[in-house]
Amino acid sequence: GCQTAKREERRVRANDREYNEKFQYASNCITTSKYNIITFLPVNLFEQFQEVANTYFLFLLILQLIPQISSLSWFTTIVPLALVLSITAIKDATDDYFRHKSDNQVNNRQSQVLIRGSIQKEKWMNVRVGDIIKLENNQFVAADLLLLSSSEPHGLCYIETAELDGETNMKVRQSVSVTCELGDPNNLAAFNGEVVCEPPNNKLDRFCGTLYWKDRKYSLTNQNMLLRGCVLRNTEFCYGLVIFAGPDTKLMQNSGRTKFKRTSIDRLMNTLVLWIFCFLVCMGMILAVGNAVWEREVGSLFQSYLPWDPPVDSFIFSAFLSFWSYVIILNTVVPISLYVSVEVIRLGHSYFINWDRQMFCSQCNTAAEARTTTLNEELGQVEYIFSDKTGTLTQNIMTFNKCSINGQTYGEATDPLGPQPKKLDFTPFNSLADPNFCFYDDTLLESVKVGDCCTHEFFRLLSLCHTVMSEEKSEGELVYKAQSPDEGALVTAARNFGFVFRSRTPGTISTTEMGRPVTYALLAILDFNNIRKRMSVIVRNPEGRIRLYCKGADTMLLERLHPSNQDLMNVTSDHLNEYAADGLRTLALAYRDLSEEQWETWSERQRSAERASDCREERLAAVYEEIEQDMMLLGATAIEDKLQEGVPETIAVLSLANIKVWVLTGDKQETAVNIGYSCKMLTDDMAEVFIISGNTVQCVRQELRFVASSTVLSLYGRDKYQGDTLPFGLVINGHSLAHALEADMEAEFVSTACACKAVICCRVTPLQKAQVVELIKKHKRAVTLAVGDGANDISMIKSAHIGVGISGQEGNQAVLASDYSFSQFRFLQRLLLVHGRWSYLRMCRFLCYFFYKNFAFTMVHFWFGFFCGFSAQTVYDQYFITLYNIVYTSLPVLAMGIFDQDVPDDRSLEYPKLYEPGQLNLLFNKKEFFICIAQGIYTSVVLFFVPYAVLSDATQSSGEPLADYQTFAVTTATALVIVVSVQIALDTGYWTIINHVFIWGSLGLYFSIMLALHSPLFRIFPNQFHFVGTAQSTLLQPVVWLTIALATAICVVPVLTFRFLKLDLRPQLSDTVRYTQLVRLKKRKLAGRSAGERGWRGASTMSEGRLGARSGSRRSGYAFAHQEGFGELITSGKNMRLSSLVLGSFGSKHSSSWIDTLRRKKHPHTPTCTSGGLEKGPGML
Amino acid sequence: MNKKEKPEAENRPDNTAFTQQRLPAWQPMLSAGIVIPLFLIIGLIFIGIGVALFVTSRDLQVLEMDYTGMEQNSPCFSCSDPDQKNCKCTLDFNLDKLFEGPVFFYYALTNYFQNQRSYGVSKDDYQLSGDLDNFKDPDSTCSPYRYDSNNNPIVPCGSLANSMFNDTFKLYQLVAGTKKEVPLDGKGIAWWTDYNIKYRNPSVTPLKNAFNGTVKPLFWPRPAYELDPTDPANNGFINQDFLVWMRRAALPNFRKLYRRITEGDYSTGLPEGNYSLEISYNYPVLNFDGRKKVVFTNVSWMGGKNEFLGIAYLVIGSLCIVMSVVMLIVYAKFKFPEED
Repeated sequence: GCQTAKREERRVRANDREYNEKFQYASNCITTSKYNIITFLPVNLFEQFQEVANTYFLFLLILQLIPQISSLSWFTTIVPLALVLSITAIKDATDDYFRHKSDNQVNNRQSQVLIRGSIQKEKWMNVRVGDIIKLENNQFVAADLLLLSSSEPHGLCYIETAELDGETNMKVRQSVSVTCELGDPNNLAAFNGEVVCEPPNNKLDRFCGTLYWKDRKYSLTNQNMLLRGCVLRNTEFCYGLVIFAGPDTKLMQNSGRTKFKRTSIDRLMNTLVLWIFCFLVCMGMILAVGNAVWEREVGSLFQSYLPWDPPVDSFIFSAFLSFWSYVIILNTVVPISLYVSVEVIRLGHSYFINWDRQMFCSQCNTAAEARTTTLNEELGQVEYIFSDKTGTLTQNIMTFNKCSINGQTYGEATDPLGPQPKKLDFTPFNSLADPNFCFYDDTLLESVKVGDCCTHEFFRLLSLCHTVMSEEKSEGELVYKAQSPDEGALVTAARNFGFVFRSRTPGTISTTEMGRPVTYALLAILDFNNIRKRMSVIVRNPEGRIRLYCKGADTMLLERLHPSNQDLMNVTSDHLNEYAADGLRTLALAYRDLSEEQWETWSERQRSAERASDCREERLAAVYEEIEQDMMLLGATAIEDKLQEGVPETIAVLSLANIKVWVLTGDKQETAVNIGYSCKMLTDDMAEVFIISGNTVQCVRQELRFVASSTVLSLYGRDKYQGDTLPFGLVINGHSLAHALEADMEAEFVSTACACKAVICCRVTPLQKAQVVELIKKHKRAVTLAVGDGANDISMIKSAHIGVGISGQEGNQAVLASDYSFSQFRFLQRLLLVHGRWSYLRMCRFLCYFFYKNFAFTMVHFWFGFFCGFSAQTVYDQYFITLYNIVYTSLPVLAMGIFDQDVPDDRSLEYPKLYEPGQLNLLFNKKEFFICIAQGIYTSVVLFFVPYAVLSDATQSSGEPLADYQTFAVTTATALVIVVSVQIALDTGYWTIINHVFIWGSLGLYFSIMLALHSPLFRIFPNQFHFVGTAQSTLLQPVVWLTIALATAICVVPVLTFRFLKLDLRPQLSDTVRYTQLVRLKKRKLAGRSAGERGWRGASTMSEGRLGARSGSRRSGYAFAHQEGFGELITSGKNMRLSSLVLGSFGSKHSSSWIDTLRRKKHPHTPTCTSGGLEKGPGML
Repeated sequence: MNKKEKPEAENRPDNTAFTQQRLPAWQPMLSAGIVIPLFLIIGLIFIGIGVALFVTSRDLQVLEMDYTGMEQNSPCFSCSDPDQKNCKCTLDFNLDKLFEGPVFFYYALTNYFQNQRSYGVSKDDYQLSGDLDNFKDPDSTCSPYRYDSNNNPIVPCGSLANSMFNDTFKLYQLVAGTKKEVPLDGKGIAWWTDYNIKYRNPSVTPLKNAFNGTVKPLFWPRPAYELDPTDPANNGFINQDFLVWMRRAALPNFRKLYRRITEGDYSTGLPEGNYSLEISYNYPVLNFDGRKKVVFTNVSWMGGKNEFLGIAYLVIGSLCIVMSVVMLIVYAKFKFPEED
């Protein structure tokens, strides 16, 4: 059913380059680079000048070249502008160089192309559409190919699509039946089929086309395609016809530019820059009006000594020119270096993230990586975290944990509080065992050894009934490639217990059973799907007996058992309930013996069903259903979905930091809820856990309203602005979510969900994940962070403000789409509470100071305007103006912006409440901005009027007046540099050696550069260096120094007073933590080392913000009595180990661990709803 | 989190204080123990300096006299008429006690915008440093004082030089009815760097030849090479009065050093008595509402009389002391939460 519009179709004829060239299809050469050596400069400059800021400064530069306007030399703008442009250009050039390198590497890969009947080596970039190329095992596919034939029977081949969609499991592709016989190159060279297909697009899972060959039509689907980026696996070789090449391939079509993310500080900064720009225009206007008045009242009379410049004929025109002149000299309120400095600081913070050893995972040898360097401070403002479950909260490592065989459960340690049971050693028993497999219950091994037939049959089933592929690199070194990790875990378990799956062919399965090689004839695979929830195989053993092995969800399987299994079924389903309650993933196993006749008649029907052209799926399912009856139960397996290390602690810390964690998973509701409990999202101090699973709009609405009313009831009387979410949990199903996300219900959903402390959305699609994120972004205006590891998380990672990729099991697609990546969920707390918090703090302090220093610097010109006839005379030397922002004051504030810390990292993890100022946006907002601006303006007033008052009548001790322009300029500039240096010294909270070097160095640099520029040396360019001798003369005057000291004192004393009073009267949490930290350090120093490292947890003043010890579960009694089968659960070793690990690092009571387990038993309350079936509580798998 | 005893994985970031953000650092805090004593110390130092400044400044003498001639009864009233040429007037004054020396003699102008941008740039720095090329072709910044009406280059060009102050003064002490001239020392009244480094005459002798083909600034009575007829070395661009004028003032009301009184009977100062100042009144200021003044003053280590500085120090110092007391009270009342 392909509806390809006739117009937009692609025709490709095999082995006919001439024909194909008519269409001018793209060649297989790819270019991701943007520039080459010649185009770099113009293209890069063109791109850079598309930035508003750069264009603005270019405009200023042009203004400065007009002599009547130019109040400042052109170099005061061009030096910083060139610096900014070249820094960006260098960065772009480096990026592009690496792109060139990778392009070259890819384009020069070798491929084997069939040209005129022989196979020739060609570079990838020379492959054309219509060529037939040969691929060998483990090679990358060079272009999008139509599979023609392969070394495997039926034209099958296996591919891995990790680079394409992130899935590491193998997929099968099959050629069209007519072409699969074209085995050798000669036949292929004669192949002249023509493919008509859709034009290039980015849909990875869809392909529509038709093959015309020998007057017949064959339809083509995605099943016949090998896409660029895949790797050929387990297939010796295959041939393919190039359909799409180079930029037309689906891989390249998918690599669209990612959306550029901006932080809220960025947006605020842009607004503020706009405001400052308006302010600048206003200042210009005021001064221009002043100029008009002055020229009319004074200047026109003063013309005998100072005639108007030739173009100026009236005070109006003079004022007009004066406006532009003032725009030039006041432009430093919007400094060029602001954007570059912000980028540099963020880059520094990104490096600190990359370098952090505490975010390095030694198991996977990966350090954290800041893939986007522009979002760091947003990490300090996150309010919502959306987390994937599989691979993010859990490791996506499945371990065969327990099993129930013939009514006997295995895999439980006897004494949970006793010593760790020893890991079983399988090697003496089985040379093929996987050494990484862990199992602790030796009774199961004993049972295998004594030859218990049920146990044997159990593991035989596991070794036969699966779709795992095996690879045997050398004798006994087996590598399993499983579609799902569950299946891999089961086959590995069978392997270790002596039933080793060795290899498979389409018709056979070879195993080694208890050391004896056995080959089974594989008669049929009754495949798994989501409706059947089970899979079966029918095999004939060497003795000729035919048996069906089936494994699947208990709900499905237990219905299809032979009635004689009733007793066993009861016992087993008890076990299954226990396993499910532990959060384990369960499967039931059964078999059925088939007679030869049964098999014959059934396989006949199966063949006819397979041949059916319509409703094939349904027919096959019906046929499968027929034979999967009257089965004999063997037992059940329980697989543990291991949590990542430290997940519960992380979630606890994050929620103390007032960050709401939502889990969005494609997994089943039961599993999701279980994981929710085990990672402490749902806790026993929650009043209710609501489950919304309605299937209709009305039902979902009704359920939502019920939840809302319950939460509102308990909200009554509480202070809303405390930000305390109530202890409610909400679980919502994918199909209900679809209704809740509709336009008329979304607001209701958001308000309800946000009233709950924990929200879990299960069975959601990747699109829904993104929709939920967008919803919160839209309604809450909060910073969102999405964390995930799989291809299904990409949409959510891209739509959240910050996307975090867990580099885990599922390939690296999510990582590639993410802004930050690391390998453990628990690193998230460090990323947010330490790096994010610091980044935010530093960025805010940086911005405050930056705006302050530029206002203090620039506004002096404004005041001077009133005394110099509004003539746009600068107060300072032009070199000082050029260098002030880029040399004299840039490094100390950069050092503060990169290195500052208010409290050490461990304190910010210990007091998660320290994170709140970021969420509330307290450290830099419009109010703070105005305070900085006001301080800057105050400073400028002091810096102008103090020298004005002192110097106007002052003289040197040799009698020469000090009120000459150059002395005044040097005095003001020196006072300015000293005042802003003192201010940065006050703002810096963490004086490393670098801060010392930069602050003192900048002061030193100021004096040395000034003395150098004012030295007699520079008399060779008298028109550029007017200040010869000024510094030496000025700085020797005591009055000048007294003036500077006075100005500094007047600027700094109020700031000091204000800060002291604020600290004393209204200390912030960070101040308190910092203070106690300092006191403690001092005490420790005094007490010497003998005092030892006393725990820090004693500080009582902070109890509200502290990650406190958990109180005992009040709910245990209820949960304890609620459901049967708990006695065994308490003795469950695995469960115990997990829980104690969870709580151990909280440093609190171990005894609560088993209570945690019980807590999960609680039936969450659900509102009554008639249409949607009431969901059972968690654990009822 | 510690992976002890494991072999260092290759991707593990370096464990340096820098990369792990554990650089040893000083973490100051504005605690009471620092701020209150700091304020006390600053306050005491400022009060000390303030007292010293105030006392020093109080002992300095200043005598300022306006000679613009605005009022009918003022001696220079007749000269203030712009049509008067080569007008001279005499200003008499009386000192009732010794004016301690060395005495400095300034002229002061008000409402005079030497700090106008276009005024400041209206000169040719190459010309002033003796570059003969720029004698022929002055820089365009000098316009409209670049060429005269006959298209001869003006040297020194530009508004700044053109508007040079050209009143001259002679001071007499009236001793027993006779005028005894007080010697005025005009050497070294300009900055050393201006005289020795920044401004240069072209190395042509006689200096006059360098100015061939140029004209004097329009407002000047004499060309640059004849500025000081008494001292041939004090001519051209290194003439002291010219240098003083060229160092433009930062503010519209300014004074410039005219002469020092250091010689002869007056090296210790001007004794009490009657004096007469003879002014050759050339420089018009009334058209833009300016004023001309003469100022006599003496100096100390901190320069001339400057009351503002001393008072400002006293005020800031006292404020610091007051603030430290306020802080102490606040601190005692709302004590910052100590540990535990």
